[in-house]
Amino acid sequence: MSHYSLDARNSLCPMPVIKTQNRVNELSAGDTLEVSCTDPGALNDIPAWCRINGHEILQAIEQKDEVVITIRVGSN
Amino acid sequence: MSTQRKAVALISGGLDSLLAARLMLEQGIHVEGINFYTGFCVEGHTHAIRKKDKAKPKRNNALWSAEQLGIKLHIVDIIEEYKDVLINPKHGYGANMNPCLDCKIFMVSKAKQWMQEHGFDFIITGEVMGQRPMSQRKDLLPVVVRESGADDRLLRPLCAKNLAATLPEREGWVNREKLLDFSGRNRKPQMALAKQFGFEDYATPAGGCCFLTDANYSRKLVDLWQARNKKDYEFDDIMLLKVGRHLRPAPHYKLIISREDGENKFLNGYRKQFATIEIKSHNGPLTLVDGQMTEKDMQQAARIASRFSQGRNADQVEVKITLLSGREKFLQIKPMPASEINQAWYI
Ligand code: SF4
Repeated sequence: MSHYSLDARNSLCPMPVIKTQNRVNELSAGDTLEVSCTDPGALNDIPAWCRINGHEILQAIEQKDEVVITIRVGSN
Repeated sequence: MSTQRKAVALISGGLDSLLAARLMLEQGIHVEGINFYTGFCVEGHTHAIRKKDKAKPKRNNALWSAEQLGIKLHIVDIIEEYKDVLINPKHGYGANMNPCLDCKIFMVSKAKQWMQEHGFDFIITGEVMGQRPMSQRKDLLPVVVRESGADDRLLRPLCAKNLAATLPEREGWVNREKLLDFSGRNRKPQMALAKQFGFEDYATPAGGCCFLTDANYSRKLVDLWQARNKKDYEFDDIMLLKVGRHLRPAPHYKLIISREDGENKFLNGYRKQFATIEIKSHNGPLTLVDGQMTEKDMQQAARIASRFSQGRNADQVEVKITLLSGREKFLQIKPMPASEINQAWYI
């Protein structure tokens, strides 16, 4: 189980979701991924994508102009 | 027990694709959604850019649809490949720059590829016969089937009964009797079905699924191609067409003037790629300049940009122009009065 990070800043939704999806698809169950975004829409879209696809949101915080979302990769 | 059949559903975020997928779930089919991002989709970003939209909840309707259905959704970035569809559509454009028929063929062919790679059995779409003038005319539905290569593995649950039986129907994977026979532009049957399934608050896009059906957007795209003398675009180009006021005071340069804070912030991210105009003495918008300006153009551009600042009625405002080379120029100018702004400059 490893921790990874992904820079999805300066891209607009749905690009942060697509980037997250493509990265998560390369990881294994239990791995964690921390995604940084500047589009506040990601705060809705990435958790929605995770719920649909069976991944867990460990944290989603909005700080100044950035949104940071931490995901635990699910098993399917 | 027979094996559970799998269908990949094209999910646009609209009601029709939501209903089509729901009908398949009803029949015990395993359904997963696929959503294609062309760069022109109405989803997402513009809401994030413009502050005035912030009151509305920002949601991606394709994700929302999938969540309502309880299915997985795969979003596929087709920005690069889509260029060829838009630039050279074999079947031409619709009322605006929307190459709907080629677009549908392309998306179904991508879905077919996905289906084969993932061991799925068939494809479903929310198409309804005769609903949209271009891509859903009765005589054109078979064109999508044929040219996408999906052949009889493409099922349209909402109007299947008006069409010849497809493989999933003939093989008994789905019960044709339970499929529908919607046709035409009347949306009432869809709305009634949505109600029956308990779907509320679904998206009702006025035009189609993308900006290319929008007349203003299409005009800006055509202007971009004309100005460059080439039908081509980069991702940033098409994003910028969604933002700000676009004015072309001369064939060789265009101004993109932000309309509010959110746009200002967004345009700010492009400082390294464009010359910029800022109003120093007053509050005002950030302007990007696409093209090369002469000294005389700079005067004119500064006067136009300051027209949209709080100094519009001042005798003099201070304007800073930063060229791509990094050279900065400070100008003292009088904002252009409204009467001098040529309406034909607006793209
Ligand atoms: S509206 Fe846009 S996305 Fe939808 S079929 Fe037409 S071109 Fe394609």
